[in-house]
Amino acid sequence: MSNATAATEPLHTPLAWQAVELVEKLPATARAATLVLRAPAWPGHRAGQHVDIRLTAEDGYQAERSYSIASTPEDAALSLTVERLPDGEVSPYLVDELRPGDLIELRGPIGGWFTWSSEEGGPLLLVAGGSGLVPLMAMLRHRAATDSRAPARVLVSASAIDDVLYREELDALAAADDAVEAHIALTRRQPPGWTGFARRVDAPMLAEVGFAPDARPRVFVCGPTGFVESASSALVGLGHDPSLIKTERFGPTGA
Amino acid sequence: MVHVDGNAAAGILREVFAAEMTAAACVCGHCGAGFALAETHAYVRAPGVVLRCPDCSGVLLRILRLREGLSVEMRGVARIEI
Repeated sequence: MSNATAATEPLHTPLAWQAVELVEKLPATARAATLVLRAPAWPGHRAGQHVDIRLTAEDGYQAERSYSIASTPEDAALSLTVERLPDGEVSPYLVDELRPGDLIELRGPIGGWFTWSSEEGGPLLLVAGGSGLVPLMAMLRHRAATDSRAPARVLVSASAIDDVLYREELDALAAADDAVEAHIALTRRQPPGWTGFARRVDAPMLAEVGFAPDARPRVFVCGPTGFVESASSALVGLGHDPSLIKTERFGPTGA
Repeated sequence: MVHVDGNAAAGILREVFAAEMTAAACVCGHCGAGFALAETHAYVRAPGVVLRCPDCSGVLLRILRLREGLSVEMRGVARIEI
C-alpha cells in the first residue's frame, strides 16, 4: 500500500527537534569543551555540517545557536566542540553547566554547501580562525577514517598556544601521514622557542602553507567574519579560483 | 552588527523550503549577481534572519519567526535554483 503511505506523508517536512543526552564532556581548552552526545535518531552527516541547539528558559524564552559537528560521520558518537563566549546566551551553559545525563534540544545535520567528502578528493586546504577549526577537524578526521590520500594542509590561527583546539591530534595526524601538514599561527603570545608563525594570517603565509593555485585545492575557510573575509580575499589575490573557496563565518567572536 | 553568512541560516531556510538550501544557487533581484545561499550575508540575531546580497548588500530574503509559523519576504530574489 505504498500509495496510501505516500498520501499520508506530510507535504512539508521540517527538520525535527530531538532531545539528545550528554554522554561525556571533555575539556578542549580553558574556554572550550567537547560534548559527546547520544542522539538515537541521528541520520548521519557529512563533514562540515552543523547542528542547531535550542535552550528554553522556564519563562518560555528560547535561544537558538548553531554549532559545527566535530566528529566524523564514521565515529560512533556525535560530538560538538563549543567555545564559551563571555556574554553568550547558550555557550556558557553548554560549556560550564551541562552535565552528563542532561538532555538538550538539537536538530540536524544542517547545511550542505560547506562540506567535504573524501570522494570529492583534494588537495585540501583548511584555514581556521580560532574555533573555526571544528568543522575543518571533522573533514580531517573523515579523511583519516576513510584512508583518503588527498594531500591536506591545515592552517590554524589562534591568539596563544593554549587556545588551539585539538593540538595534539593535529600533530599526531601530521606525524602519521606525509600527505598531511598542520601549521599554527599565534597572533598574540608565543611560547619560548616557538618556530611556527607569529602573526595574523596573510597572503605570504597562505602562499607558503597552501598549495599552488594550479593544483586547484579545495579551500575551506572558517572563523570570525573579519578573519574569513581577509583570508579569502588573500587567497583570491594569490590566484585561487573563487569557486573552489568555501567560507563559513561565525560573527565577531563566535556563534 | 557584524554579519555572518547563509550557512548560519541553513536551519530556518530548511523550515521554509523543506530542503537543504545553502548550496542552492541564488540570483540577486537588485544587481543580478549569482552566488550560493551560503555565501549571502546573514543577520541572525533578530527573531529570524535577514539575508543580503554579498555583492550589492540589497536585502534578498527576510524570514521572521512568528508566534505561529514564519513570515517570509523575498522580493529581492530574482531566482533560486533548488
